[in-house]
Amino acid sequence: MHADPRPFWPPLVSGIALGLVLLLTFVVTGHGLGASGFFARLAAATGEWLAPAATAGNAYYGPFVEAGTPLLAWISWEVVGVIVGAFVGSMTARRARFRIERGDGIGSGSRLAYALAGGILVGFGARLARGCTSGLGLSGGATLAVAGFVFLIGFFVAGFLVSLAMKKAWQ
Amino acid sequence: MSIPFYDNGIAAGLLAGILFGYVLEAAGFGSPRKLTAQFRLSDFSVFKVMFTAVLVAAVGLWGLKSFGVITSQSVYIPTTFFWAMGLGGVLIGAGFAVGGYCPGTSVVGAASGRIDALVFMIGILGGSALFGWAYEPLTGLYFAAQGPQAQTLQDLFGVPEWVVLAVLIAAAAAGFLVGNMMEKARGGPLTAKEVMREPDESNTESVSHTSKELNAHA
Repeated sequence: MHADPRPFWPPLVSGIALGLVLLLTFVVTGHGLGASGFFARLAAATGEWLAPAATAGNAYYGPFVEAGTPLLAWISWEVVGVIVGAFVGSMTARRARFRIERGDGIGSGSRLAYALAGGILVGFGARLARGCTSGLGLSGGATLAVAGFVFLIGFFVAGFLVSLAMKKAWQ
Repeated sequence: MSIPFYDNGIAAGLLAGILFGYVLEAAGFGSPRKLTAQFRLSDFSVFKVMFTAVLVAAVGLWGLKSFGVITSQSVYIPTTFFWAMGLGGVLIGAGFAVGGYCPGTSVVGAASGRIDALVFMIGILGGSALFGWAYEPLTGLYFAAQGPQAQTLQDLFGVPEWVVLAVLIAAAAAGFLVGNMMEKARGGPLTAKEVMREPDESNTESVSHTSKELNAHA
């Protein structure tokens, strides 16, 4: 291996920086940051491409298609920005590498299976909740919305309980 | 010119996203081991960063309202749908514990080279599509227990906004103290060096323990 990766920012510094980015986003756009909305739009666009009739007739995704070009939205540009920001940050700090990140107690195949399963739960959950950790937890929380805190309580309680069963996979 | 600007153009999206992605990566939130270590109570970064960010932005919004820069209804405040948001939060918490990410952090993980994060993103896409099939039978649940429009904690408890902020700041401070104690007892938060290590590079327990101890003392 080459030179050591640059250390992460201390949590307080990261938190203040993230809070200022969030505040700037509110001032510029009138709303906060998000992520899962992009995946909903990607699902609508993929559905429109693979199964146009079924997607147009779907009670949830039909309206996305009807509004035209589901991916043409602010959140898509924001996610493109996240990719750029995280790529530049990790490259310049020597924290980027092609890899499957996993704990010692689990093989690569199982790790990818867990990643897929976790992703499916998160994708479904985000549509049900109307947002994710970014849109509801972070942005909703910053507006002191009851919705944000209802979401966060569910998130932290379930995360804690399920991770009791997942301990071995991550250590 | 009135504030907020309600600029939802390409440049605004890219700017917010680039800063968001850069900060999340710098916090270490591209790493599923670091993220999930929150729930093993060995690394409180998720709690600390999220809670600090929420409070910085909340105090900032309160300040902008107090000085008359923005009006109280000018930014988007989500409306509560108790069961859908509670259960959705549960599913996302569970999926996070199993798969190691949430939607935003999976994008950060993939952008810094993690194949598991890309697979997680494919899962999110699948789960989102699956919801399309389940939406009609779940409509009752989706709209159940709707709260008042854009209800905030100060509306719910009938107290001034600064009281809510003060209570949350006190809770955050307590969380930081408890988190620091638990981190210390469990060998300290995951460092960038530990996160970049391959599992096979040191498969003996003693090696990883030693590096943990060194970090705890540092």
